[in-house]
Amino acid sequence: MVTQNATLKSKEELMEKLRQPEVITGSEILLRSLVLEGVDCVFGYPGGAVLYIYDAMHGFSDFNHLLTRHEQGAIHAADGYARASGKVGVCIATSGPGATNLVTGIATAYMDSVPMVVITGNVMSSLIGTDAFQEADITGITMPITKHSYLVRDVDDLARIIHEAFHIANTGRKGPVLIDIPKDISANKTLFKPVTEVSIRGYNPTVSPNKLQVDKMIKAITEAERPLILAGGGVIYSGAHEELHEFVKKTDIPITTTLLGLGAFPSGEDLFLGMPGMHGTFTANKSIQKADLLINIGARFDDRVTGKLSGFAPYAKIIHIDIDPAEIGKNVPTDIPIVGDVKTVLQIANLQAKRADKADAWRAELLASKAQYPFRYKDSEDELKPQWVVEMLHETTNGDAIVTTDVGQHQMWAAQFYKFNKPRSWVTSGGLGTMGFGFPSAIGAQMANPDRLVISINGDGGMQMCAQELAICAINNIPVKVVILNNQVLGMVRQWQELIYDNRYSHIDLSGSPDFVKLSEAYGVKGFRATNKEEAKAVWEEALRHPGPAVVEFVVRKEENVYPMVAQGSTIDEMIMGDAE
Amino acid sequence: MKKHTIAVIVNDQPGVLQRVSGLFGRRGFNIESITVGTSEEVGLSRMVIVTTGDEQTLEQITKQLYKLIDVIKVIHLSSNPIVARELALIKVSAEPAARPEIFGVVETFRAAVVDIGTHSVMVQVVGDTEKIDAMVELLGPYGIRELSRTGVTALNRGNSR
Repeated sequence: MVTQNATLKSKEELMEKLRQPEVITGSEILLRSLVLEGVDCVFGYPGGAVLYIYDAMHGFSDFNHLLTRHEQGAIHAADGYARASGKVGVCIATSGPGATNLVTGIATAYMDSVPMVVITGNVMSSLIGTDAFQEADITGITMPITKHSYLVRDVDDLARIIHEAFHIANTGRKGPVLIDIPKDISANKTLFKPVTEVSIRGYNPTVSPNKLQVDKMIKAITEAERPLILAGGGVIYSGAHEELHEFVKKTDIPITTTLLGLGAFPSGEDLFLGMPGMHGTFTANKSIQKADLLINIGARFDDRVTGKLSGFAPYAKIIHIDIDPAEIGKNVPTDIPIVGDVKTVLQIANLQAKRADKADAWRAELLASKAQYPFRYKDSEDELKPQWVVEMLHETTNGDAIVTTDVGQHQMWAAQFYKFNKPRSWVTSGGLGTMGFGFPSAIGAQMANPDRLVISINGDGGMQMCAQELAICAINNIPVKVVILNNQVLGMVRQWQELIYDNRYSHIDLSGSPDFVKLSEAYGVKGFRATNKEEAKAVWEEALRHPGPAVVEFVVRKEENVYPMVAQGSTIDEMIMGDAE
Repeated sequence: MKKHTIAVIVNDQPGVLQRVSGLFGRRGFNIESITVGTSEEVGLSRMVIVTTGDEQTLEQITKQLYKLIDVIKVIHLSSNPIVARELALIKVSAEPAARPEIFGVVETFRAAVVDIGTHSVMVQVVGDTEKIDAMVELLGPYGIRELSRTGVTALNRGNSR
């Protein structure tokens, strides 16, 4: 306790020191401002245009800087950090190629509403527009994929811009904000005064809902015979999981959570129906199609959830709670729109929420359906099944790990078979579906949660899109447990080619991938491989016991498909059940 | 598709036109015309955009525009009585013999001849879009060499806001 108090005191002393007005360079203003914003870890990669910034970081220890091996690794790590902590992720890259290497990661964060501040260098102000060496118009390039962006033109604006950027990134509907700093701005000196107030005339997100709309929702609940809650990532981003739990308890309404909403509601509870959508549970999809009242809490009616829009939830009155008014009515016509922060809305709703008394038969029906149609697969004693591996990961970690995934079949199996109970335990690229995200995002998640177990589940395809970051796990002893479900093929593409393109397998064979155990060991990370259940259990136990990072490759069946599956263009109750039938 | 005229009050910042036009482009909203200039307040510009779409599209346009940090206000001008004007400069082929007839058209439209060359005249016409369309149509037979239209700028009438 004594040491903790000492740390707190020294932290406060440091902040006090940094708040003192002083004439310093733009680079020093950046670093100070980041510390004052509460940043403790930054992911980055230096280069010509950010040399002044990195020079200022020489010997600097007020936050961690993690040198990744690719800017793509840095931005996904910052994303994972943000998703697993709720804090703003920060990433630094140089101009030109450094900045453009961030684009996929910025788009990933934008699609999933992840708060990030992305710092890029640019060429000297006087060279902008001349096609100078390593010049790219990164504010222009990222305009459609950032919440806002700044090109700093005067060092006097820098402190204000950084403070505004953090505010914009982490309020309202969260998202990435880019700050492009020309090289001369990072060298110029000015009097730094900390900025503590924000006044942005064109930015005032609605937090408190219209109470009359909430009253309408309460009334609709008492009238409904087949009510259903669809909760999304907004619940987690708003920190509203407890309020959601109370709302469900009070109203006794069954709930389904989207891919990004996994963890917003404990998966073990009776009323939880699992995930809806393209690879969702039979019961969640059927219940949406039968519901007479659908309460969307912080989800955006993504096409992977709705399937064919014209046939979506045909009998339901739609209530949509969202902090972003533009999401309401965008895809699905809404009967009761409620604009506001999910947490605030649910707090108000919980004061008057009543049990949905007319829905007893509905609850019984869904409970029976849920028991009859869980996610299923045909297990095998000869081959490792990827679903079995995920179930084993869940059982051996009591569902308490933070799980990050890449994109594809393994992502869906992880969503289906790892049962989440806590928010911010599930990090996955839902909207953009970014391969290469799974592993570096785990590094960020681990940096934000040094005491929690972080498992990164990947396919053999996506793992090779950012494998170089094994180096920073080894060097910094970041103890991520990297799982590779190796089916030697681009599995999800294979599945679509099998089912929708008539078995015409085109360019999906990944044979020739490296030996992942040797690859890991080349980086100094412990590597394991398993080809059957016995080995799988043994090496996984060993990987868990190993104090540092570890890569565990599970060689799984190539032809395995993700079921249920709703083909694109079908309504979500038209499910191909596959093995589950 | 219904035509809508909207005003967008924005911060007078570099790149703001790109933010607004880029938004229309990537979300598939139509821009029939767009004008930008200073507004009544220092630091703010007023854009007037003529677009087409149903009510739902218009609602999305408004909401998406509000998500831009540099957008201060969006006004659906054409939901109330408006004065909408554009200006056109039209260079018409005009040998001396044809000029009296052209001048007659110009006068009837309360337009103006603002320049005369050896083989052409330049006509300036101000009015709503329909008036300018009509003017262009009437001058067509004489041979339009060049045409430049400003696009619509507009305000709501007297007490309607």
